Amino acid sequence: MLEIKNLHVKLQEEDKAILKGVNLTVGAGQVHAIMGPNGSGKSTLSYVLSGRDGYEVTAGSATLLGQDLLALDPEERAAAGLFLAFQYPVEIPGVGNMVFLRSALNAQRKSRGEPEVAAGEFLKLVREKAKILKIDAEMLKRPVNVGFSGGEKKRNEILQMAVLEPRMCILDETDSGLDVDAMKLVADGVNGLRDAGRSFLVITHYQRLLDHIAPDVVHIMADGRIIRSGGPELALEVEKNGYADILAEVQ
Amino acid sequence: MMQAARASAAARLAEMGLPGRRDEYWRWTDPAAFAQQATPEAAAYRVDKPIFDGMDKLRLVFTDGVFDAAASDDPALAGVEISHLSEAPEWAGVLYGRLEAAGQSPVRRPFAVRNTAEAQAGLMIRVTARAARPVHISYRQSSSTSEAMLHHVVKLEAGAELTLLETGTAGARANLVLEVDVGAGARFHHIRPQGRSLEHRVISAIFARVGAGAVFKSFTLSMNGRLTRNEAVIEIIGDGAVAHIAGAALGDGADGAFHHDDTVFITHGAVGCESRQVFKKVLRHGATGVFQGKILVRPGAQKTDGYQISQALMLDDECQFLAKPELEIHADDVKCSHGSTTGAIDETALFYLRSRGVPREEAVALLVLSFLADAIAEVDDAAIAAEILARLEEWLAGHRG
Repeated sequence: MLEIKNLHVKLQEEDKAILKGVNLTVGAGQVHAIMGPNGSGKSTLSYVLSGRDGYEVTAGSATLLGQDLLALDPEERAAAGLFLAFQYPVEIPGVGNMVFLRSALNAQRKSRGEPEVAAGEFLKLVREKAKILKIDAEMLKRPVNVGFSGGEKKRNEILQMAVLEPRMCILDETDSGLDVDAMKLVADGVNGLRDAGRSFLVITHYQRLLDHIAPDVVHIMADGRIIRSGGPELALEVEKNGYADILAEVQ
Repeated sequence: MMQAARASAAARLAEMGLPGRRDEYWRWTDPAAFAQQATPEAAAYRVDKPIFDGMDKLRLVFTDGVFDAAASDDPALAGVEISHLSEAPEWAGVLYGRLEAAGQSPVRRPFAVRNTAEAQAGLMIRVTARAARPVHISYRQSSSTSEAMLHHVVKLEAGAELTLLETGTAGARANLVLEVDVGAGARFHHIRPQGRSLEHRVISAIFARVGAGAVFKSFTLSMNGRLTRNEAVIEIIGDGAVAHIAGAALGDGADGAFHHDDTVFITHGAVGCESRQVFKKVLRHGATGVFQGKILVRPGAQKTDGYQISQALMLDDECQFLAKPELEIHADDVKCSHGSTTGAIDETALFYLRSRGVPREEAVALLVLSFLADAIAEVDDAAIAAEILARLEEWLAGHRG
C-alpha cells in the first residue's frame, strides 16, 4: 500500500534536516503505529506524505499503490486515496460541515472520473456514518470545526475519513487532548473502517491509543529515522520504560 | 416644498463646492470622475440572469436614470404608497433633502447635495403597514454615456415594515441618494446588489433616521465596478433602536480598474441602541479597497452597543486596503469596539481543504466565502441570502487562478 524509501526531508526555509532516511512499508489492511519522543519527525512525516508546503524532499521516495506521492498536489494525493487526520483540525467559519464534505467527496470523485453524489444521497450517506460516531445533525450543520470541543473535532476527522473512504489513513496524534471516552469513540470509528483494502498509520506519543486501535506493527522513531520496529509488545515496552532505554540501546 | 428643497440644496452646493483630494474624506478616493462635467464612458453590462428574478416582488425599473413604466409592475401594494419625484406628495416634499441636509455635519457630502438639487427622478415610498412583498428598484443601463441621478425617499410609519431591493447598474455614471425615515417600531431591510458592470462609476449615499425600537438593516454586495463610493449616514434618534450596515465587495484588477470605498457615519443619539458596521473586501490584481467608518456617541446616549469591523482579504500582493476606523464617545456607560484587518488566505486552512481533495482554486473560493460569512450573515432573509451566496459563488468561479 504505502512504500517509503530512504526519505530525507529538510525545512524549506532553513537548512535543518528533519527526516534522515525513513524506510517504511505498510501492507494492505495493516495498521502500523509510529511512536517516538517529541521532535523525532513523526508529524513531519505525515505532512510530507500529504503534501504540506514548507518541506523539501532531498532524497528518497514515497509511493501509494505504486503511485509517486511526492509528485502530486495535496488534492491529488487525497484523490489517490491518502487521508491525514490532523492533530489540530482547522476551523473554517462560514463554511458548513456538509458543504465542505460534499465539495471534498465530489472533487475526489470527479478527479477519479466517477459521477458526483447527489445532495439527497449524500445526506443519507453522512447521516449513516455520523450516527456511528455519535455526531448529531446539529454538529453537521455547523461551520467546519467552529465551536467544536477537542473530542468533537477529532470525531469530525474520523467522519470525514468514513465519508471519503481513503485507502491509506494517517492519524496524527489523534489521541492528543482526548479523554478516555472520546478516545474510545474515535477508536471505535477507526476500527469500524478497518478492512483488507485499507491501511492505517497511527502516529502517537503514548501507548494508550494503541490499547484501542491494535496495531500489527509498531515503529519507534527518533531523530528523523525509524530506529526500531516490532510487534504490539514494543508499544508496551515504551509505556513501561519510556523512550530512554531504546534510544540508549540504539546509540 | 419640493422646489424649495431643491433650490436650497443648489444654494448649499454653490457655497460648499465639490470636493478635491485635499478633503479629509477624499484622500483615498479621487472625486474627479464624479465631479467632472462630462460623463466618463462605460460600456453597458449585459445581465443574463437578473438577481431576485424568481422572487415575488414589486419591480420598478429605471433605465439610464429614467423611469421605465413599461418594464415596471403596477405600483399597487397594500400598506405602501409609491409615487414619483415629479409628482411628490406633501409628506415627501417635507422629507426630501431633509435627512441629507442633516447629514452634512460634521462631514460635508457635496455630491449628495448636488443630487438633492438636480436629481432627475426618484421614488417616494410611504409604508404604513407590513408590506406583503419587497419593493424592488431595478436599475438598467443601455447607453455607454448615460448619467443617472436618482433620489429616493422612504418613510416608514410607526410599526411598518419594508424590504427594499436595489439592484443593477443605473448608468455609466450614477449618483444615487436614498433617504430613509424609520418610524418608531418600524423595520426596514435594504438589500443592494450593485451592478456588475466593469466600468461604471457610482457614488451613493444613504441617509437614515432610526426611531425608537426601530430596526434599520442595509446590506450591499459589490462585484466589479471601476469606481464605487458608498456612503451611509445613519442617525439613531430613538431609544432601543437597531442599525446594521454591512457590505461585501469583490474586485479583480484583471477585469479593469477596481476601486471600492465604503464611508459610513453612525450617530448614537438615544439610549440602549445597537449599531453594527460589517464590511469585507476581497481584492486581487491591483484592486483597491477603502473603508472610512465612524461611530459617534452623543452625550446621554448611554448603554450604546456599537461595533465596527472592516476587513480585507488580499488574494495577491498587488492590492491595497486603506482603512480609517473612528470612534468618538461622549457617554460613559457604553460598549463600543472596532477592528480592521488585512490578510491573505490562511495557508493552514487551504492545506486542510486540499488534503481532503478540494482543488486549490475551489478551496480558495470556499475560504473567500468563509471570509465573507459575517457580512452575509447580516442578511436576515434566508432566500435572499441564498441568492447573494449563489452570485458570490458564480463570481468566484469566474475569477480563478
